[in-house]
Amino acid sequence: MNAPLLLLLATLLGLLVLFGRPLGEYLGNVLEREPVASARFLVPVERGLYRAMGIDANDRMDWKRYLGALLAFNLVGLVFLIGLLLLQHRLPLNPQGFPPMGWALAFNTASSFVSNTNWQAYSGEVVLGHLAQSLGLTVQNFLSAATGLTVMAALARGIRRRKATNLGSFWVDLVRLTLYVLVPLSMAFGLFLVSQGVVQTWLPSVKALWLSAPSGAPAEQTIALGPAASQIAIKMLGTNGGGFFGANGAHPFENPTPLSNVVQIIAILLIPAACCFAFGKMVRDRRQGWALFVAMGLLLALATGLAGWAEHRPVPALQQAGIVHTAGSLEGKELRNGLDTSLLWSTATTAASSGSVNAQHDAMSPLAGLSQMVLMQIGEVAFGGVGSGLYGMLIFVFIGVFVSGLMVGRTPEYLGKKVEVFEMKMAALVVLIPSMFILVGTALTVLHPQVSTWVSNPGPHAFSQILYTWTSASANNGSAFAGMNVNTPFLNIGLGVAMLACRFAPIAAVLAIAGSLGSKKRTPPGPGTLPTHGPLFIGVLVSIVLLVGALTFLPALALGPVAEHFAAH
Amino acid sequence: MTFLRPLFVSFGALTLITGLAYPAAFTALAKITFPWQAGGSLLVIDGKLRGSSLIGQATEDPHYFWGRPSSTAPFPTNAAASGGSTLAASNPTLAQAVTDRMRILKAVDPDNSAPLPQDLITASASGLDPHISPESAHWQVARIARNRGLTTERVKNLVAQHVQRSLFGPPRVNVLELNLALDAQAHP
Repeated sequence: MNAPLLLLLATLLGLLVLFGRPLGEYLGNVLEREPVASARFLVPVERGLYRAMGIDANDRMDWKRYLGALLAFNLVGLVFLIGLLLLQHRLPLNPQGFPPMGWALAFNTASSFVSNTNWQAYSGEVVLGHLAQSLGLTVQNFLSAATGLTVMAALARGIRRRKATNLGSFWVDLVRLTLYVLVPLSMAFGLFLVSQGVVQTWLPSVKALWLSAPSGAPAEQTIALGPAASQIAIKMLGTNGGGFFGANGAHPFENPTPLSNVVQIIAILLIPAACCFAFGKMVRDRRQGWALFVAMGLLLALATGLAGWAEHRPVPALQQAGIVHTAGSLEGKELRNGLDTSLLWSTATTAASSGSVNAQHDAMSPLAGLSQMVLMQIGEVAFGGVGSGLYGMLIFVFIGVFVSGLMVGRTPEYLGKKVEVFEMKMAALVVLIPSMFILVGTALTVLHPQVSTWVSNPGPHAFSQILYTWTSASANNGSAFAGMNVNTPFLNIGLGVAMLACRFAPIAAVLAIAGSLGSKKRTPPGPGTLPTHGPLFIGVLVSIVLLVGALTFLPALALGPVAEHFAAH
Repeated sequence: MTFLRPLFVSFGALTLITGLAYPAAFTALAKITFPWQAGGSLLVIDGKLRGSSLIGQATEDPHYFWGRPSSTAPFPTNAAASGGSTLAASNPTLAQAVTDRMRILKAVDPDNSAPLPQDLITASASGLDPHISPESAHWQVARIARNRGLTTERVKNLVAQHVQRSLFGPPRVNVLELNLALDAQAHP
């Protein structure tokens, strides 16, 4: 890894600690239902909402009711969003008069935003009116992020409480997270984005007179505008990643300056990093939060190091006579972002379940693409999605203590809770379901008779495009090797099913674990207890994550990015 | 119905809060605090809208500085449908595209034998990149000076005035702003 990239990475991790710790404390307070002093004016709104909903603030749920409420809430969101996308031509605030989406694309888009994936088989400024963007997509940017955080909270309570069935209330968690965390953070961050040049207006577009029009262009340059900043704030903070504009974080209206670029990289990882500290607070053992943070940081650093090395190698197409010889390639990158922050964004966005991009991943070097895919394939546990990264990493913690327990012949336990057969079965499901969708989906797509018309690059890179597509959908990431045409009924429906299944089946398994752990008694630590906060366990954890990922995906990766790398060098 | 009421009320209320109240309040706040930025950083000259300082404008006119290649369809720098280059490094089309871009740049400036900076022959990620490197601007100085009947010194000074530097990100030149400044000096 080169020095500037190393410095960037170290600065990023340092800032995540600096801002993540207080935010994690705050997040913990909100989830522990402690009064939030800085937002006292929102208390009447919160109380009013509970009254209207007919619940009281001490509402309690066991894991099945918690799961039921979560699933029903997300189903209502899914149906509502599909309706908005299919009916946008009959609704107001569609100044461009865009027609409705086709039903396969509408299903894909709704599944994508409800599952916190934000995969986009469409280009925002070309097909969506302002109402669909605001009342449809912005809403799910918030609610899918809040949903991920509620699952983390329920699991933390299951670990903390003893012989209890109460995991808290989904409704109360949802309302408090939205009101006290997501909306205020988005307001502040969004305003910073506007100061840098991100647009926020209800105007559809403006027409500018070219200085001298390029051939084939009409007399004026139509510049698409819209209420972008309000959506991009939560897009970045909620690990959503769905762009207001087609070019996502590469578009100058989404990411106008080098400063907005680095701040958005921090924003991708901010709440996921804060989740580590919130978890430590909720289980009354802050060292556990630190251990998870360090393990996640190590995974991100490993992937960034590999990607950085690969991306700085010379690209043969640019080593011709008559060109200034420089490292790497700016094809598919923005000049103001440059090589290193484009690269760091690409690993941050795939480490988290963001999926926003500030450069075209498709045009990056094969091993940078490999790093991005591996970060998603290991389940997005290097910080990961808001809430989901933390509960995903805890699944690997359970596997880690189980494997270590077997090796030394002790009963595996985590924070005084025995990890037994039921927990391991559920943990296996969390790991296996997305892996199955990635590999089977890729295989089916490769066998599809029309696949050669969907991919845009030849050779092993074409296979990488397909593998990346299914990886991104099944990991609920949403970034893409964007050259591939994915707006086909087969992929829209297949990927839509993958996004929903890989979001909600693991959530069900995690809540089942939370319920099971919550009902157990707490055994005090003894001399044979494996401490889960020291360097030894962090090493075990990182190894388990990499081992499970490698065993599952090495053959597929060998056919795509690895083959492409060795063919080129 | 103890289950349906919280379900629908919470969804309805949170939808209105995050999908209507939040963007509406936010738009008002943005308009008060940063009106020019919120409106798209638009450049209006003599009452005419000439573009956005954040959005590149492609041109084939040798009187103007050229920006980075753009892969938007159906014409370059289509700001109503952004989209970048997804050509993989291993794709033979990339080498061909780079050669073509070099040929076009040399065709309007045949005597220029200086090697081309990379950003001028690689397509951007958005198709709308408003910047080029100072090296790419200097590569074009002789052509602009010749076509406009200006001294190279004068054009060089103009470029130097438009180089932006910041803590993060490489030094860069905003092409549209530079071209507008050129026009303000002397029309072609």
